[in-house]
Amino acid sequence: MDVLKTSLKEIRDGIRGKKFSSAEVTKAYLNQIEKWNGKLNAYITVNDQAVAAAAKADELIAKGEGGALAGVPIAIKDMFCTKGMRTTAGSKILENFVPPYSATVVERLEKAGMVSLGKTNQDEFAMGSSSETSAFGVGRNPWNLDYVPGGSSGGSAAAVAAGMAPASLGTDTGGSIRQPASFCGIVGIKPTYGRVSRYGIVAFASSLDQAGPMTKTVADAALVLEAMSGRDPRDSTTSAQPVPQWEQKISKNLKGLKVGLPKEYFSDRLQPETRAAVDRAIEVVKKAGAETVEVSLPLTEMAVPIYYLVCTSEASSNLARYDGVRFGFRADFSKKPAEDLAEFYCRTRGEGFGGEVKRRIILGTYALSSGYYDAYYKKACQVRRLLRQQFLDAFKQCDVMMSPVTTSPAFKLFERISDPLEMYLNDIYTTSANLVGIPGISVPAGFSGNKLPIGVQILASHFNEQALFNVGSVIEEGLAIKELPHGLQ
Amino acid sequence: MAYSDWEPVIGLEIHAQLLTDSKVFSPDSAHFGGGDNEHTDPISLGMPGALPVLNMRAVEYSVKTGLALNCTIRRKSVFARKNYFYPDLPKGYQISQYDEPICEHGHVDYLLDGEMKRVGITRAHMEEDAGKSQHSGDFTLINLNRAGVPLLEIVSEPDIKSPAEAAEYARTVRTILRYLNVCDGNLEEGSMRCDCNVSVRKKGTTKFGTKVELKNINSFRFVEKAIEYEIQRQIDCKETGEEIIQETRLYDPTKNRTFSMRAKEEAHDYRYFPDPDLLPVEIDEAYLEKLRAQLPELPIVRAQRFQSEYQIPAYDSFVLTTEKAMADYFEATAKASKNPKAASNWVMGELLRELNEAKVDIEKSPVSSANLAEMITMIDSKEISGKMAKDVFGEMFKSSKGPKEIVKSKGMSQITDPAAIEKLIDEVFAANAQAVTDYRGGKVKLFGFFVGAVMKHSKGQANPELVNQLLTTKLKG
Repeated sequence: MDVLKTSLKEIRDGIRGKKFSSAEVTKAYLNQIEKWNGKLNAYITVNDQAVAAAAKADELIAKGEGGALAGVPIAIKDMFCTKGMRTTAGSKILENFVPPYSATVVERLEKAGMVSLGKTNQDEFAMGSSSETSAFGVGRNPWNLDYVPGGSSGGSAAAVAAGMAPASLGTDTGGSIRQPASFCGIVGIKPTYGRVSRYGIVAFASSLDQAGPMTKTVADAALVLEAMSGRDPRDSTTSAQPVPQWEQKISKNLKGLKVGLPKEYFSDRLQPETRAAVDRAIEVVKKAGAETVEVSLPLTEMAVPIYYLVCTSEASSNLARYDGVRFGFRADFSKKPAEDLAEFYCRTRGEGFGGEVKRRIILGTYALSSGYYDAYYKKACQVRRLLRQQFLDAFKQCDVMMSPVTTSPAFKLFERISDPLEMYLNDIYTTSANLVGIPGISVPAGFSGNKLPIGVQILASHFNEQALFNVGSVIEEGLAIKELPHGLQ
Repeated sequence: MAYSDWEPVIGLEIHAQLLTDSKVFSPDSAHFGGGDNEHTDPISLGMPGALPVLNMRAVEYSVKTGLALNCTIRRKSVFARKNYFYPDLPKGYQISQYDEPICEHGHVDYLLDGEMKRVGITRAHMEEDAGKSQHSGDFTLINLNRAGVPLLEIVSEPDIKSPAEAAEYARTVRTILRYLNVCDGNLEEGSMRCDCNVSVRKKGTTKFGTKVELKNINSFRFVEKAIEYEIQRQIDCKETGEEIIQETRLYDPTKNRTFSMRAKEEAHDYRYFPDPDLLPVEIDEAYLEKLRAQLPELPIVRAQRFQSEYQIPAYDSFVLTTEKAMADYFEATAKASKNPKAASNWVMGELLRELNEAKVDIEKSPVSSANLAEMITMIDSKEISGKMAKDVFGEMFKSSKGPKEIVKSKGMSQITDPAAIEKLIDEVFAANAQAVTDYRGGKVKLFGFFVGAVMKHSKGQANPELVNQLLTTKLKG
């Protein structure tokens, strides 16, 4: 079994068909982690119980038990609480936090038979687009170690691309699954808001956060998402919509499908190489019977500003609980005690949070302050509703939309970290899906001149993930990309 | 008036802990007590990724209270986050309601010194309680058992005009909460908390003075005393030209004064915004109708009915309806005895006195309403005298026995046989021959002496009317 080439579905079927055991598969991935994690820094914590868990899964399988993903090893972004296993969210403030509970998603996947490989690296609290803001060192791109893997789910993307996991879990608040998937040449889907429970996932921006799988193939993404999705009584914002058997229902016949091309997503800002890759994917889809139609989303240029007001406002409140009182990091007061409560908080939070997180807390606190609330937070919410309406209107003219994921492929490490505005603009094509709540997927579409992967984004209306899997599968088959990461030499 | 040309402006914020089994956003127990931090799951602790889920029982209790307070119930109300840092506030924000509270625009009527008064209710909103900090030397202990217990904050309009009005309004709200069985109204244990906003202004002016918030008041009597002290303090400030600072002051009952807790130098900026983890609470007409139908007869309505149906005085009817259990007790006694006036007198007199002395709730009264009614009937049919009844009642309270049984076992029934009374009179005459002679010689004042002597001779069992009647005849000779 070649960890770089084997899909999750092949692993699942291989284990089921007794071609290999879960323990063997798990060991193969652990070997690859052992070999490459030092360079890629994709994992923050490797599960030292993985082989034991795999052996247990094998026992269950031998007895004819085990769920849809019995014995399949999966990597988990460090945003997901895992009972008994350290969960850091990439932050010093949670460096020693071991949750006494697991996220609903983790519980569901474990019930389906998942074997956890460990916790992957990420931008601190998912705030970043490059995995450079992690308190546990920068992550690197398997296609070129001098480049970022994207972010915030950079570790999850790099792990799958580098054969350190057949699939991983990510979270996507403004593109954090789709952008690193694009940068690392894998598939990543952000489902409809409310499709997947947020319970037990470290909150960044509650009205935008969604979890989703990152995989080698579109079918794999459908399989894992099926096991994750559905109403959770512990998350009031989850939907009672039934969860279809997406993988089984994938249809590659796109006859009559209308593909919207939002003209604002194809402006001069878009780099020609990226545009060419997206165009090739569009051609494939057309060949499969789809028609394209130009649509317009005039508020697109507002998406990034709205996004940064909404996400920072919610984050400023969500991150207030990291105060050193009940769990997590507390500054050392043994030599110099705090004069008062304010100093206790300032030192703990000042030392525990990194620069980008502090920037966003301050920005969000400002946007919610009395006197500024109406002009910033409230206005952002109003424009967000208008943006939603524009998408709903556009989906009257088309079934899906196709667009680039980012304006250009992965950038060099440390190239943009000192320019937050430039970094934020990276999210221009991805944030709208979160603001509007619709599903979006990134599927590999080709390479740049310097051999870095480029993804194409497909968007659909609420709860129509099936369309993403259908179109994604057609692109995957039509482009038949076989290249393996060049960085792993 | 006592305040010369000043007038106080008073508004109350009453926090009522709702009697739900679990917390408002978590399955943790909401009951009082438990070991330190025993009632704390990841939600109560504000752990990463833990999410609130609304307890619909808390919504039900809030809506019922809103209806009883004559409020408009919002068809859609919204939870908001009130952001501030404090160690016993686990999430760094309190989930509350801000500009879209569940109940609004209500009022409460109550009786004070025979006069009906009305206080407007601005709003009543749901929120979660914080935990408790216990400061001790250079460290602080935190118990989060209370964190997340549901509260309903009932905010009055500033239309309360005196300390007595404030206390009576608060008592009335407590009575309503207890009638609905949504809050036990225990000020001492803090399950009901009254914060009082007090300011003073020149009579005839409309602009509000600087407001001071009084906290830490654990009885209705102290509500009155704290506000009274604060009004006088503020008038003194005004008259000496001292500035009144907008602040929170705590009431110290032992010294009967308020003192500054912390100055609100800058108004807190709580950065309220809608909580994205919770959906708006949507309430439809059917749900409202269902709850409206479940409302008990409320105290003021019941008091008015008691007045007209049982012809008892207004004051009595209000006292009897302050507790639902007492009103139920009275009504059962009144109906069974067919003598509401006597029922009211016995309940408000002997029964309450005995219960208070024994510190027993009326629900657990040793004298059942049926037994009290039976005793009243015995008085009315002259089986026992009013005087004997007091002894019988005392015995009933001690033993929980019925009045007939007590009267029988103690041989206490009244002597109503004229022949037996005549015999008693004859015996008294024989022992007091001189007095008889004196009376017949014109000392008619001695009549009372003979009544007393006969009653004493009968051990109080002779029917006093018959004694009177027969004495009059026999003394004539």
